[in-house]
Amino acid sequence: MVSRMCSNFLAASKVYDKQSVRTMAFVMPKLKEVYTKAKYGGRNAVTMLPGGGIGPELMSYVKEVFRYAGVPVDFETVQIDPKSDSNDDLEYAITSIRRNGVAIKGNIETGSLDTEVLSRNVAIRNELDLYVNVINCKSYPGVRCRQQGIDIVIVRQNTEGEYAMLEHESVDGVVESMKIITAANSYRLSKYAFEYAKKFGRKKVTTVHKANIMKISDGLFLEISRKVAKEYPEIEHNDMIIDNTCMQLVSNPKQFDVMVMPNLYGAITSNVICGLIGGAGLISGKNYGDHYAVFEPGTRNTGTAIAGKNIANPIAMLNASVDMLEHLGHMKHASIIKLAIEKTINEDKIHTPDLGGTATSIDVVQNIIKLVQTNDLRHHVNL
Amino acid sequence: MFSKKIPSVCDQILRQSKNYGQNIVKNSIHSTAVIHQSVPEGRTKCTLIPGDGVGPELVYSVQEVFKAANVPVDFEPFFFSEVNPTMSAPLETVADSIARNGICLKGVLSTPDYSHTGELQTLNMKLRKALDLYANVVHVKSLPGVKVRHSNVDCVIIREQTEGEYSALEHECVPGVVECLKIVTAEKSRRIAKFAFDYATKNNRKKVTAVHKANIMKLGDGLFLNSCKEMAKLYPKIQFEQMIVDNCTMQIVSNPHQFDVMVMPNLYGNIVDNLASGLVGGAGVVAGASWSPECVVFEPGARHTYSEAVGKNVANPTAMLLCSTKMLSHVNLQYYGDMIRNAVNRVLKAGKVRTKDRSLCLLNSSSIDISKGSSVSRFAGLSSSS
Repeated sequence: MVSRMCSNFLAASKVYDKQSVRTMAFVMPKLKEVYTKAKYGGRNAVTMLPGGGIGPELMSYVKEVFRYAGVPVDFETVQIDPKSDSNDDLEYAITSIRRNGVAIKGNIETGSLDTEVLSRNVAIRNELDLYVNVINCKSYPGVRCRQQGIDIVIVRQNTEGEYAMLEHESVDGVVESMKIITAANSYRLSKYAFEYAKKFGRKKVTTVHKANIMKISDGLFLEISRKVAKEYPEIEHNDMIIDNTCMQLVSNPKQFDVMVMPNLYGAITSNVICGLIGGAGLISGKNYGDHYAVFEPGTRNTGTAIAGKNIANPIAMLNASVDMLEHLGHMKHASIIKLAIEKTINEDKIHTPDLGGTATSIDVVQNIIKLVQTNDLRHHVNL
Repeated sequence: MFSKKIPSVCDQILRQSKNYGQNIVKNSIHSTAVIHQSVPEGRTKCTLIPGDGVGPELVYSVQEVFKAANVPVDFEPFFFSEVNPTMSAPLETVADSIARNGICLKGVLSTPDYSHTGELQTLNMKLRKALDLYANVVHVKSLPGVKVRHSNVDCVIIREQTEGEYSALEHECVPGVVECLKIVTAEKSRRIAKFAFDYATKNNRKKVTAVHKANIMKLGDGLFLNSCKEMAKLYPKIQFEQMIVDNCTMQIVSNPHQFDVMVMPNLYGNIVDNLASGLVGGAGVVAGASWSPECVVFEPGARHTYSEAVGKNVANPTAMLLCSTKMLSHVNLQYYGDMIRNAVNRVLKAGKVRTKDRSLCLLNSSSIDISKGSSVSRFAGLSSSS
């Protein structure tokens, strides 16, 4: 499996070698295009990986809301047994995403500590080459929390860096853990961040790094993002060291717009921001590669402690489903569900305990379903 | 462990949604009260092509049933015909309407054996090409009360219908020698193979059988077969088999139960569709649909216009009604789809109302009384002789 990971990095850098692309195209003409679409008669097939903890219950809410909203999406549910040491379920899940092109997932537990058993979440991202993770952290005015009016987009490298899973004990008591930064992946990540900023009218991109200590690896990341920034003169670019970034985020978060960073810093930063605006239960995250897209809650928590208690916040997963509908082009259904979510949180103020409310998960879902069915909400959607 | 948790959550939701419906049945996803609520607000538009022969009569019976069951669907009818070209609506208008609505209910178009204009493409083929309706799905399923040789037949025949023998490429190279080209492409073969496997996955089917004649047409059908094999690797949970078309036809009439989902090129599909339809009661009882990525045209599975029965009120509307139920399920109107399907099954089972085709069977229209809160069905003879 380790050698397979390495070959992934190699494959990523090969994309820039035009000759190899040409030979691949000759062997498999247009294969990918056919593989990654499962849309028939206007209905999409989507892989659903409920994962562990609160995942299954959140997925049942998504299905319920979709049914009431008449969303033309059919789910192919794949369960991955967390206790199993075999990777068969995982392989099947990845194959399923390969043919549907799109997935919605909870956090998948990896019970085994055996080094041969991969972290399932990381394996899915690496195998499908989902190199970018985008989290749009936007405050809900109806949620009481420390900071208001935040609207930050985190663009995080998703497949390499500290998550390369290359660790070994060189001599007894000395462990080396490799952090991999490649020019190819850093380039397409920065490119994505600036393209995103351009498309959505964002003003500023901040590169987060630790190049003062890791001069070569983070240095490469920083250098490439500076190079890309020159291609977008209309967008302001600055950089910030990760420790300072965390401090700035909690004291003055409004200075940030789009942030681009390597893998581990992204994990930390996204959790900090989500904490500022209301916790793990609100924000969704999107994972994109060149061919596939996977949607999940923004902070990848399993929530085992509150599973089955009817108190988990369903909003993050519902937001992930809205992201998915937007990606699939079902804009009308996406807007209806999105408006229903916003109204439930901001106006009706039906909050689960994690937001300081007393409502159950089902109260929240019921209210969203009620709003989805009302006509006046539909009139707001002009599509 | 997950499988235990999910239903319990669903139960909770069902219990809590009591204030919406009346008698909610616990544990039943198909509980009508809940599903009725899942109907999107507003009405759905559907393109309607009555077709030739008995088509208009069958479509009329569907409209009658829809009216009786208060189905929130509005039809956008077009007269579309190859045998009556002067009155026919233009292809673009019809194709635009289907593309806009996403769904269409279509009778059978008759195709003459000769061409006035020298054009080789039929109107059906033009419509399929315009909308890229590449996959034809015919669900061959035994119906209750219809006595035929085999019972409990349940197989799905998936046919590529945009290339192969139907490419309309024929020419006479020297007098007395005609070449008819059969085209097979990797892209379209893979596309139909993926469609078949995705269909099997979605509908919990276990097996896909590729039907071909690669022992004779080693390159053409060979490409089709290889594309299916290649695609099968992505679906490890679905069994893949292959069968030569002549053997396949023999197997279907002797032991149809061995088949689940079948995928095949154009002409074989045409033949096997009709063969299998004959097994369960004929052209009047089998529903089909043609799929593109964006829209679906629901039409009878075996395409016969039955023009000798026009105006006699003896045509069997079952196929058309089953098409309409499939159409309703497709647009999230399962409640109405199930209602009409149940009504059709009950009429067939009771066996009191039957049309002349095959040895027996049925039919009529049903109106459902929802006001009593349960699906009590009343059947009224509307369009057929008994």
